[in-house]
Amino acid sequence: MEIFDLTIHELHDKLKAKEVSSVEATRAMLDRIEAVDSQVNAYITVTPEQALVEAEAADRRIAAGDIAPLTGIPMGLKDIFITKGVRTTCGSRILENFVPPYDGTAVAKLKEQGAVIVGKLNQDEFAMGSSNESSYFGPVKNPWNLECTPGGSSGGSAAAIAARTATATLGTDTGGSIRQPASHCSCVGVKPTYGRVSRYGVIAYASSLDQVGPLTRDVTDAAILLGAIAGYDPKDSTSVNTPVPDYLAGLKTGVKGLKIGLPKQYFIEGLDPDVKRAMEEAIALYKSLGAELREVSLPHTEYAVATYYLIATAEASSNLARYDGVRFGHRADEIRGLKEMYAKTRAEGFGSEVKRRIMLGTYALSSGYYDAYYVKAQKVRTLIMQDFLNAFNEVDVLLTPIAPTPPFKIGEKLADPLQMYLSDIFTIPVNLAGTCGISIPAGFSAAGLPIGLQLIGKPFGEATILSTAYAFEQETQWHLKKAPL
Amino acid sequence: MKITRAEVEHVARLARLELTDAELDTFTGQMDGILAYVEKLNALDTDGIVPTSHAVPMENAFRADEPTGSIGVENALANAPQRAESFFRVPKVIE
Repeated sequence: MEIFDLTIHELHDKLKAKEVSSVEATRAMLDRIEAVDSQVNAYITVTPEQALVEAEAADRRIAAGDIAPLTGIPMGLKDIFITKGVRTTCGSRILENFVPPYDGTAVAKLKEQGAVIVGKLNQDEFAMGSSNESSYFGPVKNPWNLECTPGGSSGGSAAAIAARTATATLGTDTGGSIRQPASHCSCVGVKPTYGRVSRYGVIAYASSLDQVGPLTRDVTDAAILLGAIAGYDPKDSTSVNTPVPDYLAGLKTGVKGLKIGLPKQYFIEGLDPDVKRAMEEAIALYKSLGAELREVSLPHTEYAVATYYLIATAEASSNLARYDGVRFGHRADEIRGLKEMYAKTRAEGFGSEVKRRIMLGTYALSSGYYDAYYVKAQKVRTLIMQDFLNAFNEVDVLLTPIAPTPPFKIGEKLADPLQMYLSDIFTIPVNLAGTCGISIPAGFSAAGLPIGLQLIGKPFGEATILSTAYAFEQETQWHLKKAPL
Repeated sequence: MKITRAEVEHVARLARLELTDAELDTFTGQMDGILAYVEKLNALDTDGIVPTSHAVPMENAFRADEPTGSIGVENALANAPQRAESFFRVPKVIE
């Protein structure tokens, strides 16, 4: 077992016992990045000097007997998180040279605990994508099979866990962008309830759907990292002022008597046979542990993708209006007048997926179409939320696949955006409903590709999905398997 | 056809995006396909359904109107593509 293979809690124990220093752990991680990241492309920016300074500070803190759960732990951040003094690109040419003047809240919370940030992770441009192929900095390769995508948009955040080039990472999830890559890279990923984690200092894509969450090697780490970043923040008026439970203390609650719902619309014809088998095995395991499983219905599931691609693109078209070449980011050369500056700057700065979504969103909000598209989608969103509320009157947790198939090949879905959008069918409804979900490793396909299981909880029910996931992890070995890299 | 090339050009102008002829052709086809797909929402009767703009129902979030720290002029201008003294510099606005 190398230092870079360890979980947060394993490395924490070694740091606390002074068996290893944070500088040693950080150097091991930086060497590992140097050795394998050219194959994976998980990192956009690596910050070795800064990381070693932070590691030395962590070691001083540990020597003084002041160790928090994340003190000295080498971590990576999706490049959507604003980091003071460290370039933050959001995977886009338009922010290629943007160096933020402050840290966002989630990052500040990690730094307060003394976490070591080793670098900024690759992602789909502005978090728009399901395969990490829309990044200006090139696609991320899946460490389990370098010809496959790691999923997206937090593809680098998941691939770094699988490649063991970060002990843990943060991502963001707007329509599945933490859970789907976690599933495709066989790691644990949590999409918290909307409002659970501050979005301050997170570059906005679709503000009513975006949420920050952890990607980790096991469920215990997810509980630790979520506990570290969750909570009300006066700087994010949409963060919710409700107490953060001790997720770690609740992990061993067990599933005896827990009511687990199986939404019938998620177990459909066309589900990949390997995914179907993994779900059947998981269902059988939960039954054997004393959980009560029953079918439930989420009748508006088939409308979720259409609803999402109207609401998310509308919000994106508004959020991305700020990239105008005036205050920060790229500005086109040789321009005549302000309007031309905007149009050329944005044409040069944005990639095709971002342009496509800005166009769709602008159209959905434009005069004459606003009610037919945008308001209609908001009304259907209400129906989708009600589906979940009704289901949660009957059961405590929902169990579903994360994706209809194992990871797909790089290039496979690029020509047809709609096919790409439909691959998010099982994750998008959770964002629309604003509730929480977790992806955990649940097996491998015949070709050796990871398959993830999704547990969906009630709003602010993170403790329940974590303990339900933990019960599964205790009985399975999937999370211990390492990518061949 | 759900959307014509001329409408796509109009939307690009609204979005302040200069698109090439090839992009206009591609986006016209792709947006047409996506808009045809989202038509499926019309199968649902949503009369009387309240639209949801946010997952968590909340009223305005008020705070005390007290001055706090800011990042300062130099930090704010550090990423400016062009500056002049303590201002962001842009091309002439009035023709």
